[in-house]
Amino acid sequence: MAQKLPHKDVVIIGLGWTGSIMAYELTGAGLDVVAIERGAWRDTATDFPPATSPDELRYQIRLDLFQRTAQSTVTMRNNASQTALPVRQWGSFIPGNGVGGAGVHWNGMTFRFLESDYQLRTHLTQRYGKHAIPDNMTIQDYPVTYTELEPYFDKFEKLLGICGTAGNLNGVIQPGGNPFEGPRRSEYPNPPDRQPLGSTMFAKAATEIGYHSFPMPSANMSRSYTNTLGVTLGQCSFCGFCERFGCGNYAKSSPQTCVLPALMPRKNFEARTLCNVTRINLDSTGKKATGVTYVDEHMVEYEQTADLVLVCSFSFNAVHMLLISGIGTPYDPVSGTGVVGRNYAYQTDSGVTVKLPNVLLNPFISGGAVGMAVDDFNGDNFDHGGLGFFGGSVMQATQTGGRPITQIASFKDDPKWGSGWKRAMRENYQTVYSLGAQGSVFSYKDAYLDLDPTYKDPYGSPLLRMTFDWHDNELKMSAYITEKLAGIATAMGGTKIEQLPRLAPYTVVPYQSTHNTGGAVMGDDPSTSVVNKYLQSWDVPNVFVFGAAVFPQNAGYNPTGTVGALTYFAADAIKNQYLKNPGPLVAI
Amino acid sequence: MPETSLKRRVLLMCGASIATLLATRASAGSYTGALPWRADSDTLPDIAGQAGWNFFTAAESVAIGALVDRLIPPDDLSIGAKQANVPVYIDRQLAGAFGNDTGLYMRPPFADGLPGQGPQSPLTPAMRYRKSLAALDAHCQSAYLGKIFADIPPAEQDRLLTMLEAGTLQLGGLSGKAFFLLLWQNTKEGFLADPIYGGNLGMAGWKMLGFPGARYDYRDWIDKHNEPYPLPPVGIMDHPDWSPPT
Repeated sequence: MAQKLPHKDVVIIGLGWTGSIMAYELTGAGLDVVAIERGAWRDTATDFPPATSPDELRYQIRLDLFQRTAQSTVTMRNNASQTALPVRQWGSFIPGNGVGGAGVHWNGMTFRFLESDYQLRTHLTQRYGKHAIPDNMTIQDYPVTYTELEPYFDKFEKLLGICGTAGNLNGVIQPGGNPFEGPRRSEYPNPPDRQPLGSTMFAKAATEIGYHSFPMPSANMSRSYTNTLGVTLGQCSFCGFCERFGCGNYAKSSPQTCVLPALMPRKNFEARTLCNVTRINLDSTGKKATGVTYVDEHMVEYEQTADLVLVCSFSFNAVHMLLISGIGTPYDPVSGTGVVGRNYAYQTDSGVTVKLPNVLLNPFISGGAVGMAVDDFNGDNFDHGGLGFFGGSVMQATQTGGRPITQIASFKDDPKWGSGWKRAMRENYQTVYSLGAQGSVFSYKDAYLDLDPTYKDPYGSPLLRMTFDWHDNELKMSAYITEKLAGIATAMGGTKIEQLPRLAPYTVVPYQSTHNTGGAVMGDDPSTSVVNKYLQSWDVPNVFVFGAAVFPQNAGYNPTGTVGALTYFAADAIKNQYLKNPGPLVAI
Repeated sequence: MPETSLKRRVLLMCGASIATLLATRASAGSYTGALPWRADSDTLPDIAGQAGWNFFTAAESVAIGALVDRLIPPDDLSIGAKQANVPVYIDRQLAGAFGNDTGLYMRPPFADGLPGQGPQSPLTPAMRYRKSLAALDAHCQSAYLGKIFADIPPAEQDRLLTMLEAGTLQLGGLSGKAFFLLLWQNTKEGFLADPIYGGNLGMAGWKMLGFPGARYDYRDWIDKHNEPYPLPPVGIMDHPDWSPPT
């Protein structure tokens, strides 16, 4: 029998980016807020000081800061004819864990999607005709436009102190920025990062071809910065231990470096760690949440009642929570009805390996989001007529580190071990560069999440089951982009170039991306969405869902910028509309 | 659900939450009213094991030394993996969380599945090493007139490693290829991980590549393109000058 705890106004599930921002916003509105976090408390001085942070084995390989599969994992199959099996060792994606979530160990690439990405179905239909979109492709418009989100992007970028060069200021194209981006009201809060050799060569080659290179929008501070909450971040030292690591220099934007120092002094906030929410409780009508049930690390069970439940966990966990709590109708891929688990999408990563003569790349001098990018072949920035696919990729030169066990680029015909391997690695370390492209993944009828019939988590709930494989659209896009990327590699003076387009079937083994999206998508129509434009559940209006689970499909960019903008957009609606009159914010 | 990595923190509390905690005997961490901090609270790396062999038997230690020294042999670029203490590194890893699959989802049923569904074996790395090393020496003793792997000629050792890599030699009913991939991954780790984990003696692996280790500040170097970085590597608790010459 669960112990009942004193009532709170708001319970937040998961204390990462979205949870900490919502806690700050709602405690600021005077509400009593508790955040329940499955992992441990984490702070810079304790968990990733410079003295112990640069440890490739501990963080990059043994994944010390990440969720353990024993805590929770997903099962995967490529299609409904297969039996899904659990991901026992992380590979393709690695969900975060603990206070700060993935905001602790991300690289910090902080994009806005293209204006047309938010109106995808309408845009493609208008440009390419009614019948251009295949039947099995379930892409849909976001229920908000870029213009509506723009002030909230601006707010999020100023919270994080993003470094970059604007490409479009109030409709006027700016030199050195991304000319394809939507209009922004103000310049980035910080100048772009200085660049090492590899990305400098990439940008020069791309410009010579006629593409438009620009600095990656980066959460690696180019200078000391005091953010909008009065919290000061340090300057990035280009240590080369960013992705999968916490930053010992307070120089990478994270909940720890941007929000928690302002949030924690507030007496109306409490964080409970090592506590795992097992379900959202509903009243007898099924239309109202009464709070959550959780267990601590000794498996003692508690019930926390609250007026408002905010689901702020990673996308998989958000969808899982809705399914095991019975909120919304589960998606049925056969009939195409139901919504929870529908439109799971991912990221199509492609790459090119290039040998550069007469260079010293010094790959260890780098930051997670330090690099240059080209957007000429992203979204619908190029004419897709006759290409046989839609979507695209941001092409980028971001050498995130020179960590020797995992980050030395190699060619398929390099020796795999022995003295030949040593010679090749030593040579490659300073002269072989990896170019990357992060591509869109559209949503499809047969790509979805549901509950596994066989495997259970330690709390007795079924694991989430992923049914996903690559579709022709994404494979053709990847081949096209990889060819373009190889063109830049050639212009860089590459003497050996290897193309690495994405190939089917989808596999969970090599790392690709932790940009898992969808399953609780937002929309204007309850028959094709789980939440409305304010991220409010259509079925249970005092439940809101945050994070990339609400993306109707994924764009060719990192998701965190859009996640942040949607969070601030929803926060305004909750503070200014919902709290005055709790109930549905969008009439059905 | 005990996990070595999820160490319980000291309970930090103040203000209103004290009453809440006392009333409910909540045992997990509760934080409110201030950023929590206390001295000496850093979470240090988990370095399993003591001097001497923690996991390997004497026979296994002989086999592992021979194996890793063919994968990363001594040559004009650096010392070999055996002299760089890679066997010591692997021994300590197998005695600790890694060797025992601590933190991994190990609930049944176990099925082979498709390659794209990832590793599905109930065998821990420690069990795989134990069974595979015994089977490898047994195979050598029957194929090479009673000689163990460490005693056959280097060219024959390489031939067997190539067969394991290609999946054409099984080890007592277990996948030879799975063992090869595990061994090669751990050998690279032991040669190139921070020396606190027992391998990479004198930072031999880092010196071979030109990796400066845990320096953590290159602000003066980011835009010095094509210039060799001049400083030697440093480790979390180590500097090459403090180690025996290699």
